[in-house]
Amino acid sequence: MLLKRGAEAELHVEDFTLHPLGKGKVVVKHRVPKRYRIRELDLSLREARTSLEARLLSDAKRAGVLTPPVYEVDRENMRVVMEYVEGRPLKEVLEEMGREERRRVCREIGRYVARLHRKGLVHGDLTTSNLLLTPGGDLYLVDFGLGEYTSSLEARGVDLHLLRRALQSVHFRIAEEAYREICSAYLREFGKGGREVLARAEEIARRGRYIGREERGALLRDGK
Amino acid sequence: MLCLGLEGTAHTLGVGVVDSEGRILSHVSRVYRPEKGGIHPREAARSHASQVKAAVKEALERAGVDLRDLDLFSFSAGPGLGPCLRVVATAARALSVLTGKPLVGVNHCIAHVEIGRLLTGAVDPVTLYVSGGNTQVIAFEEGRYRVFGETLDIPVGNCLDVFAREAGLSPPGGPGVERLARQGRRYLALPYVVKGMDLSFSGPLTEALRRHREGEDLRDLCFSLQETVFAALTEVTERAVAHTEKKEVLLTGGVASNLRLREMLEEMCRARGASLFVPPPEFCADNGAMIGWTGLLAHLHGVRQRVEEAVVRQRWRTDEVDIPWRR
Ligand SMILES: Nc1ncnc2c1ncn2[C@@H]1O[C@H](COP(=O)(O)OP(=O)(O)O)[C@@H](O)[C@H]1O
Ligand SMILES: [Mg+2]
Repeated sequence: MLLKRGAEAELHVEDFTLHPLGKGKVVVKHRVPKRYRIRELDLSLREARTSLEARLLSDAKRAGVLTPPVYEVDRENMRVVMEYVEGRPLKEVLEEMGREERRRVCREIGRYVARLHRKGLVHGDLTTSNLLLTPGGDLYLVDFGLGEYTSSLEARGVDLHLLRRALQSVHFRIAEEAYREICSAYLREFGKGGREVLARAEEIARRGRYIGREERGALLRDGK
Repeated sequence: MLCLGLEGTAHTLGVGVVDSEGRILSHVSRVYRPEKGGIHPREAARSHASQVKAAVKEALERAGVDLRDLDLFSFSAGPGLGPCLRVVATAARALSVLTGKPLVGVNHCIAHVEIGRLLTGAVDPVTLYVSGGNTQVIAFEEGRYRVFGETLDIPVGNCLDVFAREAGLSPPGGPGVERLARQGRRYLALPYVVKGMDLSFSGPLTEALRRHREGEDLRDLCFSLQETVFAALTEVTERAVAHTEKKEVLLTGGVASNLRLREMLEEMCRARGASLFVPPPEFCADNGAMIGWTGLLAHLHGVRQRVEEAVVRQRWRTDEVDIPWRR
């Protein structure tokens, strides 16, 4: 059954036929070819993201973030097979839920991001579409294809900046309140050095438009 | 109702006369070209200041109207280079005081979207706005133009221009790179940077320049640079289209004239059942008509500014602007 046709992948829900006890469902995420880009680039991007996604899903779990277990990575066909999470995208429920519940969820997000960062991972696409909330209140993080193994301040700052931007463009009514909650949980969980990351995220938000020649020179020198 | 719009966020000084039916009666552009290197804000501003009088006169003549026939003045209030913004703001204030007619400051990025909608008939597009000064993916959601993606460092047009300049191509850089890219055969992998819906172009630029210094074929480099950065632009645009479920894509800004970029977007749209719209080149580039038209939209929907309130905002964000005309 088609679960979702996203921008880069098609997700299907299938029965987990290989399960030794013969039960459960899996999600098959298939990165489809994009004809607008040349073949070499298309193949290398899809390959890299498929492997990266599988590795990061597992490493994130080790870092203390709830992610669906990965059962199979098929680099040939650009498919990742993982456990099906019974839940709803946070995007659909974040604004409806009560204030307290929202605060709890936001704090969980802040903790998740801090745990990833402390273990040298960044997610690369932190949005409320990539978080699933189960009926039992568990929060799952998915969609790691744009992630990275890095401990750079810039990458961490971008990660948080993207999350804030995603909140602003989709949940503008509650964006700032939610982001504040996320940041304070992030600070607590990350510990020393967390402030620097938040400050970098602020700085990144100020770029993007006309930037002075000096600033631009600095960016190029740092090879960012 | 007649409006004269003044554009001056960067190297283009534009003056346009537009009426409330959306007819563009005239538009005049004066482009400041630095002798070498990138844009020097103060010199660009000086150049605009020395041309603004003649440009206004010419725009009025071509439109066949008199200064007294105008009902409104608008100017690009931001985002852009401070010194350039102040020139057009001052000129607009002076015209407003002289004639006793109102003036209104307009957001440059939104003006690009509005003139694009006016001229192409796109109703509610995801806009990819790509120029030497800006790179944004914009879509209208709940009363505002929201920025879905943007560059985290340099604008894509700037990336192409700097590469062209360093590689010794004669300006303007973008068309030079496009021409050579057509003869490129080999794809050389360059950093491809998409983060969420945001982009980064300093990585591919730095790497392309490094390989140029190592003596790599310039045609292959131009080809590879275009393929890399345009694929990234198309990808984030597709992500915004998927996310918003809109069926139209508007491509605008100076880089919109690139045929390879259009081709990629065309293909992406085809695969998603969407349509691509591109305004005529002179209205993709910075121009006064877009400022005039957006000024009219604002004024007709009740936006009022006193002369002393009409200030420039160098970092004015797209999503900070109220859009009463789309309520
Ligand atoms: N393991 C899973 N279980 C249940 N739903 C999932 C799972 N993985 C993804 N989804 C759902 O599918 C959507 C798209 O998946 P995602 O991995 O984010 O792909 P895309 O790159 O298209 O965004 C998610 O927003 C989520 O709603
Ligand atoms: Mg996703």
